[in-house]
Amino acid sequence: MSAGTAPLRLALVGNPNCGKTALFNLLTGSRQKVANYAGVTVERKEGRMRGADGRQYALLDLPGAYSFQAASLDEAVTRDICRGFYPGEAAPDILVCVVDATNLRLHLRFALEVRALGRPMVLAVNMMDTARRRGIAIDLQALARELGVPVVETVAVRRDGGRALVAQLDAMAEAPTVPAVQLSTADGPVETHVQAVADALHAETRRLLALAVTMPRRTAQVDDALDRWLLHPVFGLLALAAVMFLIFQAVYAWATPLMDAIDAGAGWLGASVGAALPEGPLNSLLVDGVIAGLGGVVIFLPQILILFAFILALEESGYLPRAAFLLDRLMYGAGLSGRSFIPLLSSFACAVPGIMATRSIQDPRDRIATILVAPLMTCSARLPVYALLIAAFIPQREVWGLFNLQGLVLFALYAAGVVSALLVSTVMKRWRRDKSEHALLLELPSYRLPHPRDLLIGLWERAMIFLRRVGGIILALTILLWFLLSFPTPPPGYTGNPLDVSLAGRIGHAMTVVFAPLGFDWRICIALIPGLAAREVAVSSLATVYALSAANDDAAAQALSPLIAQDWTLATALSLLVWYIYAPMCISTLATIKRETHSWKQTGFATGYLFALAYLASLLTYQLAVALGAG
Amino acid sequence: MREARVNPDDSRLDPPRQGPQGGDPLRLDQLPPRTAAVVDGVDDRGPGVPSDAAAASAAGVDQIARRLRELGFVDGERVEVVASGPFGGDPLLVQVGFTRFALRRSEAARVRVRRGAA
Repeated sequence: MSAGTAPLRLALVGNPNCGKTALFNLLTGSRQKVANYAGVTVERKEGRMRGADGRQYALLDLPGAYSFQAASLDEAVTRDICRGFYPGEAAPDILVCVVDATNLRLHLRFALEVRALGRPMVLAVNMMDTARRRGIAIDLQALARELGVPVVETVAVRRDGGRALVAQLDAMAEAPTVPAVQLSTADGPVETHVQAVADALHAETRRLLALAVTMPRRTAQVDDALDRWLLHPVFGLLALAAVMFLIFQAVYAWATPLMDAIDAGAGWLGASVGAALPEGPLNSLLVDGVIAGLGGVVIFLPQILILFAFILALEESGYLPRAAFLLDRLMYGAGLSGRSFIPLLSSFACAVPGIMATRSIQDPRDRIATILVAPLMTCSARLPVYALLIAAFIPQREVWGLFNLQGLVLFALYAAGVVSALLVSTVMKRWRRDKSEHALLLELPSYRLPHPRDLLIGLWERAMIFLRRVGGIILALTILLWFLLSFPTPPPGYTGNPLDVSLAGRIGHAMTVVFAPLGFDWRICIALIPGLAAREVAVSSLATVYALSAANDDAAAQALSPLIAQDWTLATALSLLVWYIYAPMCISTLATIKRETHSWKQTGFATGYLFALAYLASLLTYQLAVALGAG
Repeated sequence: MREARVNPDDSRLDPPRQGPQGGDPLRLDQLPPRTAAVVDGVDDRGPGVPSDAAAASAAGVDQIARRLRELGFVDGERVEVVASGPFGGDPLLVQVGFTRFALRRSEAARVRVRRGAA
């Protein structure tokens, strides 16, 4: 083969936590493309790298797998690609099997499975630096001899840590060789054969370990020490609470100035463009549709990036599985798993990054359950609506000399979201057809210092996924909404509110048929429509409906408060508050659910059940309040 | 608490060995923390394994039991319960080989162990 032909296809394959992705990042740098494998939500990461003599390689970073006896979609994809069976994917020319030098007991077994495929392969013994520090001696020559495949050492966190691997690949590109040695297992009935193969794999792993590896200790001392504290029933939970508080604080507080800046920037851009272009539909489309829509997409970025910086750092450091360990029991009882915790916590800031964070949940059933309840966490966008209604209707009064009634109501709204999420997931657990036991079986890897390169590449990927996949849908829907709100234009000489004549206005009026039992009048119904784009917009929409001209949302809320206090009954206000606990009225969230589940059915289910809950809860609240004399 | 029950179908893949007292074998979820022990084997069990043998052989291979074996819970391997979760002592943190795993108690109950070093 010459360097002029198509690039040689390499696939990185190995156990989870073997440092495969760090090695992939080292070899390919920023030359990566992230997509999904055809038809499934499994992430496909491909990159390019160049050999010493300029030879081109196309690298595939396959999902981590413990075994080719696939227990998850990720593992099935890895198995099928390694075997060359995956539809639309060419079989890799060389398999690079990555093993963690400190965890060979587990990883060598899978390397033997890879070797059994009989394809050209090289074994990369990764994290050799850590192994040396721990006094682990590995005889690479003996391994290569016994395995019958080339063995190289790699250190993914060092700049030149992949050199031996690249040199080996260059040599293999000239003359690919298939493994010379194979395990021999007795033939027999399929079942005993499967067992015989499994036994032979373990026996061979033990033989190789005895021959080539000396471990002074089975575990790293630092892991033992850290786990003693971080998994402690009291200190562990305190540490977790501290970490969560930091994340929550960061996502809420650090992102706010950036989001305000983006908001102001979009506003300024809209105003400049609006002033530069002549009045008319085009002006309005650009300013209120495209620019406002783009602003509405980009405004999520600060929260997403800050949240993912934390999640990636926690994941790389090995803490994330520990958090899952601490909380699994609580979450499992409600039909979720320990891994659901961080996505759900993130959803308090915004469900969009929260739902994206469910990618760290490998089990598809647990992941879907988490995605479906994530919108019930009270996101920050609901706060302005809560604040407006509470300020207008709930008296500022002390309760039991300790608490403030307004604060208590706000707390109750948050708590209602959490309790509802637990109830919904418990009910889904009851009702789902697949009641089989899904395992936790979670590996707690060694603690590691996250490498900045891996964090940056990970962040870049998340940002791109959000902007490309979710951003497009949000933008399109925002423009559609603009259309509904702007057309048809009122006839000349019309003095009323232009919203009234628009399609959205008509829809709002029509909606009162459905929403009257909830105590919503036509003005609230109209405000619900733009609230689809982002919940907090409901406040400024109400201001528009009440024909107030306010410079910004804060001013709108201040001016609105006395108006609605006079205009609405307490029952209506309570009903609207309850509506916002559940209401699925956030197209960004729904777009993200669609994107992450690849399923209109799940998206439809989420929309439907949230709407039904919102309607029923509001109906109950309103009718009860009216019956109690608050109407 | 939960009873340690041996499924009659278990003998299919992994003949259960009797504990030293001759009664039910010791299970990983009953092993006191920080006690040296050795894995005997992993039994198929749970809702994944129907009671009638035909269905069991058709689709009922206990995926969790198989995965446990793949993760290194095999005869003769040193095993230790390092810690347990803060709520109800579930899940367990188990060291096997050079690796630590979080196992729910129902998962750990599939693993037969015997006390003492290998």
